[in-house]
Amino acid sequence: MPIEVNGKTIETDEEGYLVNLSDWNEDVALKLAESEGLEMDENRWEVVNFLREYYNEYQIAPAVRVLTKAIGKKLGKEKGNSKYLYELFPYGPAKQACKIAGLPKPTGCV
Amino acid sequence: MADFDTPELKEYLSIPAIEPGAMEGLAPFVAKPPHQEPLGYPGELVDNWEEKAIEKMGDMLKKYRGFQVFLDSCVKCGACTDKCHYFLGTSDPKNMPVARQDLLRSVYRRYFTFAGKFFPKLVGARDMTREVLDEWYSYFHQCSQCRRCSVFCPYGIDTAEISMAAREIMDSIGQGQKYCNEIITKVFSIGNNLGLPEPALRDTLEDLEEEIYEDTGVRVRLPLDEKGADILLITPSADFFAEPHIDGLMGYAKVFHEAGVSWTISSYASEAANFGMFIGSYENSQRIAMRVREAALDLGVKRIVHGECGHAWRVAYSFWNTYAGPWDFLDPNYPVPQHICEFTWDLIQQGKLKFDKSENDHRVVTFHDSCNVARATRMGDKPGGQFEIPRNVIKAVCNNYVEMDPDTIKDATFCCGGGGGLLTDDLMEIRVKGAMPRMQALHDVVEEQGVTNMAAICAICKSQFSKVLPYYKMPMDMIVSVHQLVSDALILTGQNDGDEASGEQDS
Repeated sequence: MPIEVNGKTIETDEEGYLVNLSDWNEDVALKLAESEGLEMDENRWEVVNFLREYYNEYQIAPAVRVLTKAIGKKLGKEKGNSKYLYELFPYGPAKQACKIAGLPKPTGCV
Repeated sequence: MADFDTPELKEYLSIPAIEPGAMEGLAPFVAKPPHQEPLGYPGELVDNWEEKAIEKMGDMLKKYRGFQVFLDSCVKCGACTDKCHYFLGTSDPKNMPVARQDLLRSVYRRYFTFAGKFFPKLVGARDMTREVLDEWYSYFHQCSQCRRCSVFCPYGIDTAEISMAAREIMDSIGQGQKYCNEIITKVFSIGNNLGLPEPALRDTLEDLEEEIYEDTGVRVRLPLDEKGADILLITPSADFFAEPHIDGLMGYAKVFHEAGVSWTISSYASEAANFGMFIGSYENSQRIAMRVREAALDLGVKRIVHGECGHAWRVAYSFWNTYAGPWDFLDPNYPVPQHICEFTWDLIQQGKLKFDKSENDHRVVTFHDSCNVARATRMGDKPGGQFEIPRNVIKAVCNNYVEMDPDTIKDATFCCGGGGGLLTDDLMEIRVKGAMPRMQALHDVVEEQGVTNMAAICAICKSQFSKVLPYYKMPMDMIVSVHQLVSDALILTGQNDGDEASGEQDS
């Protein structure tokens, strides 16, 4: 299921995750968010950017707990909880935000 | 986002009128070569797959006597028909256990029985065709191998064995399931289902140590790869990642701390789960189990303790000896392996743990028996220990505990709906529908007894419930880890009085 961004065709897997992580850029993120029915506001960008930073260092998305704490530090303590993250990404911060950030889907019993 | 209807919760659980074909065609993504080949399977459907499938079935009939007995002994009595949560939730008659078995039994009859070879129509025997394969792929991925049906079968026919065999046959001809096989590939290449590399695991554990210190003022460690530790903790990698799993992990760490034992997690065997069982693969199950043995020997531990993971406890309790034994290098004074609930209950009985049960007073808790623990293992040294010990632990840390309908607990427990390799987004419809019987029982105790939380000791159950509870209009964080309850009530030696905590008791 390829997606079209700025005239370029980008390959995604059956579930809409990027096949090549290097294809990612902000326009691709906007397109992926759109297909999830989400509008990228400042807070969502904050999460997506954190995920990408963490992934660059550790080759995996952070644990939900690590993510909530980091977001709490950046956006204020009242936002450092998974409830808030679910408001931003209703299908679950781990999976939906990873997709928009161009990262592979977390697998396993999660 | 759902393009299906969530079943309605009624006053009581009723047997639905059948709707033939209701779930026809629902099937998970097929594994691609990079997730087939590392497991020793062909990358894609082989040319002469019909022949190869029958050949494989023949091999398995010789190797696994139970498989043949189960195929031969069904008398179509119908006792199983209304016992499967997937049938109850979908009304599809092919989700009746006997009908699911017959998808494979009909092919077995055609090629391996006298009557089926010569008079196929008379005995409902079918050729191995593409249609049959598609039907297998669909309906053997609508079985969570929970074995509830086998409890009610007068012959003890175990549909899980048949569904595992069907998956092994399909894998061997190149038609594997993406979810399970991608995960097993990650265990072989990285060490766990999640694909969590050692530096990330270390970072996460340090983060949790920090969190416990902030909460309690006590330095509780979560050690990684420490040679010479007494205990190796084997736990599902979801415990390092997801919620409420991670709260359970912090609970184990606190219990180990209070017990004063030395323990470690291994980055090489950073996974309790063994999805080799779900795909019915002896070889892959064995390879995964061997990683634990290698890690235990390498670290020089004396004991192995299992975290909260349902099917892993079955694999360890029932199959580890065959896969990776003998375990004679471990201390025979302790159970080999030991479940974390056994470990904690033992300490509670010795009076070594101090609790402030009022920390859980905002909760009314019930317990969901996970199918593999309930129907395939035991804990402690008495029959039924696998039911009693987790409940004893909960009751030792919570003042408010109630049971769900007796027809839905202990060995009659209903699967969460996501077990057996079905915990994947592409099977969401069957997951939601199959959760209905458990949701019904839970909803009843919520309404009648004010239950606020359901505790479980399985990573799959916890993730599945977090996902499906909202479909049934219940909050996702109702589901908790048993050791999260332990963690919340446990008073660590030297713990702060807790500036924000509600309790005023001094320790």
